[in-house]
Amino acid sequence: MSTQPLQSQSLGDPRKPSRVNILRRSISDHIVTGLAILATILVLAPLAAILFYLVYKGASSLNLAFFTHIPAPVGEEGGGMANAIVGSGIILALASLMGIPVGIAAGVYLAEFGSGTFLGNAVRFTADVLNGVPSIVMGIAIYSLIVKPHPPYSAFAGGVALAIMMVPTVTRTTEEMLVTVPHAVREAALGLGVPKWRTVLSVSLRTASPGIITGCMLAFARVAGETAPLLFTAFGNQFWSLRLDQPIAALPLQIYVYAISPYDEWHRLAWAGSLVLIALIMVSVTLVRIFANRGVLKGGS
Amino acid sequence: MGVGIQVEDLNAWYGSTHTLQDINLHIPANHATALIGPSGCGKSTFVRCLNRMHETNPIARATGVVKMGEVDIYREASPVEIRRRVGMVFQRPNPFPTMSIYDNVISGLKLNGFRNRRVLDETVERSLRQAALWEEVKDDLKKKSGASLSGGQQQRMCIARALAVDPEVLLMDEPASALDPVSTSKIEDLIFQLKSQYTIVIVTHNMQQAARVAENTGFFLNGKLVEFDSTHKIFTNPRDKRTEDYITGRFG
Repeated sequence: MSTQPLQSQSLGDPRKPSRVNILRRSISDHIVTGLAILATILVLAPLAAILFYLVYKGASSLNLAFFTHIPAPVGEEGGGMANAIVGSGIILALASLMGIPVGIAAGVYLAEFGSGTFLGNAVRFTADVLNGVPSIVMGIAIYSLIVKPHPPYSAFAGGVALAIMMVPTVTRTTEEMLVTVPHAVREAALGLGVPKWRTVLSVSLRTASPGIITGCMLAFARVAGETAPLLFTAFGNQFWSLRLDQPIAALPLQIYVYAISPYDEWHRLAWAGSLVLIALIMVSVTLVRIFANRGVLKGGS
Repeated sequence: MGVGIQVEDLNAWYGSTHTLQDINLHIPANHATALIGPSGCGKSTFVRCLNRMHETNPIARATGVVKMGEVDIYREASPVEIRRRVGMVFQRPNPFPTMSIYDNVISGLKLNGFRNRRVLDETVERSLRQAALWEEVKDDLKKKSGASLSGGQQQRMCIARALAVDPEVLLMDEPASALDPVSTSKIEDLIFQLKSQYTIVIVTHNMQQAARVAENTGFFLNGKLVEFDSTHKIFTNPRDKRTEDYITGRFG
């Protein structure tokens, strides 16, 4: 604090703001807050609009048969998407089982071992480029790598295509979350004579786990709605199939086929399928979040 | 029981900066030894060389001999073994944020695969009692996160965590510099009690603190150990002019 007498207010001494100054600050405060709220509404509006439209168009076609029956032949009433719902579940489980461990392991390498090394930079660059590869290209790539040498189309090939699409998101979030774990926390573990691998597993990863789980959920939600990578890999199936080496139905594929068909009944089912797909994504993401929070909060905080 | 530490010709670098130059000293067992000196003089680097934490920084390296009892820690032991025998308390309390108080205290054993429930329970109680924290936290051991305690309590919990692995040496790098006076005096009482069982090395900026807790004091300046002697001698009749200037507040 200055011991000099304050200058008169009219000269605009910044140490003692005038009434006009305070008014101006409070107005700009309100304007910026208002802009932030407006932006939030703009972000939420499309999601709300899509949800409302899906409910409006699809809810009327939802019934028990939709969840228990396979598609009916053209011209017959009824039928459902039970095989596509289960098929999507299988493909996504395969993709998560393959993509998430690889993604997390690569992220751990980037953050804990490979920072500044040539390999580390190469992995980071590759992950960023992979993130930008169009999903149809991923489908074609897996077609020529897996389906062509080992026909037929299969659930496994679809799972691989989606897994590869999940890897870059999971890798980069894992890396970024690990970097935010304070150095002091790692030192605490190392200082107790805990080996580095154990420190990474039990301390760094555990501390970063809420963020890493969010990254996995983002990756999951993104690939859950993908159609293009499945066209040439999982292919789709109008009948029940749980086999991993055979073509399998998936919700996005079924929606795609029904939506471009000429039949009104199929259009209605496509709307219902879209509604179910979005609902399933929302439910699974929410469940994982609740489950994960319970695990993390066990230590209390 | 603590062991003595013999340091011979210790040199340390960060990149091309020569942070420790030809350090020679003997730290006696079961005593508290204080290290004083202005910021950046190398005292922290020195204690980090005593449990090989120094080398966790990729650009850091050290040469020379550090003997803990009979063991040459740079040639005859792995860093992990040494850090189990040498506990460390850092400048700022660093609890594991995801763990309960109980898990924080026991983390050194648990993360090394130790699982016997009864022994873990006993160790938690013993360590927290040694760190004078037991009475304050005994009812919330598993309910509260270690990070929910106050700063002073967190630091005592970190001391309990270091004691839980039954070390022979306890290194403290300015353990009270982030704490209020009441917590500071609790930590000092603690050091006073603990030094009969452990060899304690404490880095401090607070010269009264060094005078209160330590039998011996070393004065570091610009990476060199200027003077090492009994605390009484250092503060009443230092041999070196630079030590005298520093403790009388003429620089630093």
